[in-house]
Amino acid sequence: MKVMAQMSMVMNLDKCIGCHTCSVTCKQAWTNRSGVEYVWFNNVETRPGVGYPRTYEDQEKWRGGWTLNKRGRLKLRDGGRLHKLSRIFSNPKLPKIHDYYEPWTYDYDMLLNSPSGEHTPVATPKSLLTGKDMKISWSANWDDNLGGSLETMAQDPLLAKMSEEVKAEYEQAFMFYLPRICEHCLNPSCVASCPSGAMYKRQEDGIVLVDQDACRGWRMCISGCPYKKVYFNHRTGKAEKCTFCYPRIEVGLPTVCAETCVGRLRYIGLVLYDADAVAAAASVADEHELLDAQRNVLLDPNDPAVIEAARAGGIPEDWIESAQASPIWRLIREYKVALPLHPEYRTMPMVWYIPPLSPVVDVVTNSGNDGEDASVLFAAIDKLRIPIGYLAELFSAGDTAPVDLSLRKLAAMRSYMRGISLDNVRDESIAQAVGMSGAQMEEMYRLLAIAKYEERYVIPPAHAEQAHDLEEMGCSLDFEGGPGMGGAGPFGSSSGEPVPVAIENYNSLKSRQTADRPSTPGRVNLLNWDGNGKPRGLFPPEEEK
Amino acid sequence: MSTGSILLWVALPYACAVVFIVGHIWRYRFDKFGWTTRSSQTYENRLLRWGSPMFHIGILMVIAGHVVGLLIPREWLYAIGIDEHMYHLGATWMGTAAALLTLAGLAILIYRRRTVGPVFLATTKMDKVMYVFLGLTLGFGTLATLVYQVFGGGYSYRESISPWIREMIIFQPHPEMMAEVPLFFQLHIITACLLFALWPFTRLVHVFSAPVGYLFRPYIVYRSRDESGAGNRPVRRGWDPVSTPQERKSSSSR
Ligand code: HEM
Ligand code: SF4
Ligand code: SF4
Repeated sequence: MKVMAQMSMVMNLDKCIGCHTCSVTCKQAWTNRSGVEYVWFNNVETRPGVGYPRTYEDQEKWRGGWTLNKRGRLKLRDGGRLHKLSRIFSNPKLPKIHDYYEPWTYDYDMLLNSPSGEHTPVATPKSLLTGKDMKISWSANWDDNLGGSLETMAQDPLLAKMSEEVKAEYEQAFMFYLPRICEHCLNPSCVASCPSGAMYKRQEDGIVLVDQDACRGWRMCISGCPYKKVYFNHRTGKAEKCTFCYPRIEVGLPTVCAETCVGRLRYIGLVLYDADAVAAAASVADEHELLDAQRNVLLDPNDPAVIEAARAGGIPEDWIESAQASPIWRLIREYKVALPLHPEYRTMPMVWYIPPLSPVVDVVTNSGNDGEDASVLFAAIDKLRIPIGYLAELFSAGDTAPVDLSLRKLAAMRSYMRGISLDNVRDESIAQAVGMSGAQMEEMYRLLAIAKYEERYVIPPAHAEQAHDLEEMGCSLDFEGGPGMGGAGPFGSSSGEPVPVAIENYNSLKSRQTADRPSTPGRVNLLNWDGNGKPRGLFPPEEEK
Repeated sequence: MSTGSILLWVALPYACAVVFIVGHIWRYRFDKFGWTTRSSQTYENRLLRWGSPMFHIGILMVIAGHVVGLLIPREWLYAIGIDEHMYHLGATWMGTAAALLTLAGLAILIYRRRTVGPVFLATTKMDKVMYVFLGLTLGFGTLATLVYQVFGGGYSYRESISPWIREMIIFQPHPEMMAEVPLFFQLHIITACLLFALWPFTRLVHVFSAPVGYLFRPYIVYRSRDESGAGNRPVRRGWDPVSTPQERKSSSSR
């Protein structure tokens, strides 16, 4: 047993209102630069829908992730090392920018400087790739709220796996949002696909990063990731990806997407896992067993043997305590309501989801029934086979049982808690029907519904004695062309001496937050802002009294 | 021996070699972040799918041919049974095939650079200069082969150019060996020298990062603080953090 710590996230889909705040704040913090205009480290998809980039889930086409070879051993779906190198001069599985969307801006000058005339001036869209006028025909969330879905929804790779009549009925019955970031997988196929070894998993917290100094632009990671969460910066010629906001995590702050989430639906915490068991768990033959295999890779942080091994493995005491208090462990292993996204890709993803019950409740209440009665809800879950089948394609390789159980638990929690607040009865039988106790129901309710800040985010800061080492590990995006940088060096936009990420260390964070002036006048770096105080330039000035 | 021939066949090659070597070291230290293929495949794939593999496979064959023809003395080849006739046939025909493949690939790549909007906009000045010298070098080389080897009587560069290079490498310049060499070979060599001088300042640096190590490393890479030390680059001399002598000892043994 080799105990390692992993920083992970759970999202409670029931609460997502599809506002895209997470995407926007993430973009402001990380990808508001030229070269990554089309990149959303965090994106929110309406499902059913084609996703971003379009049809990324169709692995027959994109060939990301892992499969098993004839001898039952893991291999990259798009072929091993030699095969990859043989296709390095032109990577046949690389998505084009147009598979994401062609980025654009508007000719705002027209609005201000056009001469007065009969018609209102219009700011025409200009392509950021060619500089020419363009017709906007796709974006990162073009089919938002099922807009235009009659035309595109049939391309949803998950629907394609389901039968025809399903589609029509489904379209009217069901819709939900799926926010996605990099999964920071335990068995990352992006890392395995990188020819230069520039991508790595951080041993301390499992965050998967790209060393910008070592990336050589072979662009194999982009096709290697089945979630398409590594992106190509077309100006700098380097791969970039979600960093789990590691400069924030290191000082104990949650990621920007989590901090700003309107629905407060994101949970962040540590889990301990057995690194020696990962490969075996990822190569379980039956896809339906992958979920349980991955659950079992996670180790019980309260088990004395695990604690012993964690200490031996050099995991600091307060990190072990954090793992014990982790909301992630409880949601994944104790309550078993959280499920991984596409376990069948065999990358062992570590951003998990609590499937949405609200569409089921909506159907029940719209038909005039009681949406908080456990037996009514159970019956509805039994009846609504289609949405459940769809959720199962997302979260459990098509096996409906885990989704079913998770939704039943949520339904049971609803009616159990209603019993308490309306009739002041604790109906233990409701809890037992889903294999839980009343006390557990209340705890789960506290975590999911009350969702206190300190309970959602249990993030131990990196150690002072480690901080010096952690902060300068090579994933700075603060280069020329990085956040806050502009202009071009002698060899184009990507050249010049890197500015190490040590700038983002705790002390400068603190001084930025308490300084009376922003260090970059007129700009506020949301990465450093923890929501306290009022940095200049973020809010309009207060009215003079 | 004229000053001109000393300049061309001693000074220029050595100067270019120095720029090549020092330039690479400097670029690697100063600009690791700019060290990339700067792939343009996300913009366009239809042409690149043909052009890039054709060009690369061709140029790698060309490079292999040059190593055999220039660096390996012919007596060594005789010893393993490759006589003059066999070598000439092989070099001429395989060389011509590789050259045509390379040039066709290069033509597709340059056509693509010029005509595909986003690719053209992403082309830097250095790219353009590089393409000029790459094209000239390849062009003169192919021309020399066609004119003297295929259609001419055959010129035995292994008696002049090859020993000239090998002597240069061991710092025994013999510019007189190059005096009688036909014009297109001379031009080929001069443009090649200039291309090498440009090399460290172009995207061609990617050649030295050819990812051979991928074949031998485990799939999943972990990086721990202990291995990476203080950061992504070695600490510069004189900038070690304040530490006790014991600490310094243990950290230098990493
Ligand atoms: C040794 C192994 C080599 C590898 C693995 C390699 C790989 C690559 C890759 C991946 C690209 C980017 C293609 C794209 O997606 O746009 C590229 C571009 C290029 N390579 Fe290489 N290369 C190698 C050797 C060479 C050599 C020896 C030369 C020439 C002397 C060369 C010249 C070029 C040029 C000119 C381009 C730019 C093509 C364009 O976009 O116009 N490469 N190479
Ligand atoms: S989801 Fe993230 S860690 Fe997993 S393969 Fe993709 S980029 Fe790598
Ligand atoms: S900010 Fe929260 S609620 Fe809004 S889209 Fe993102 S995850 Fe959903």
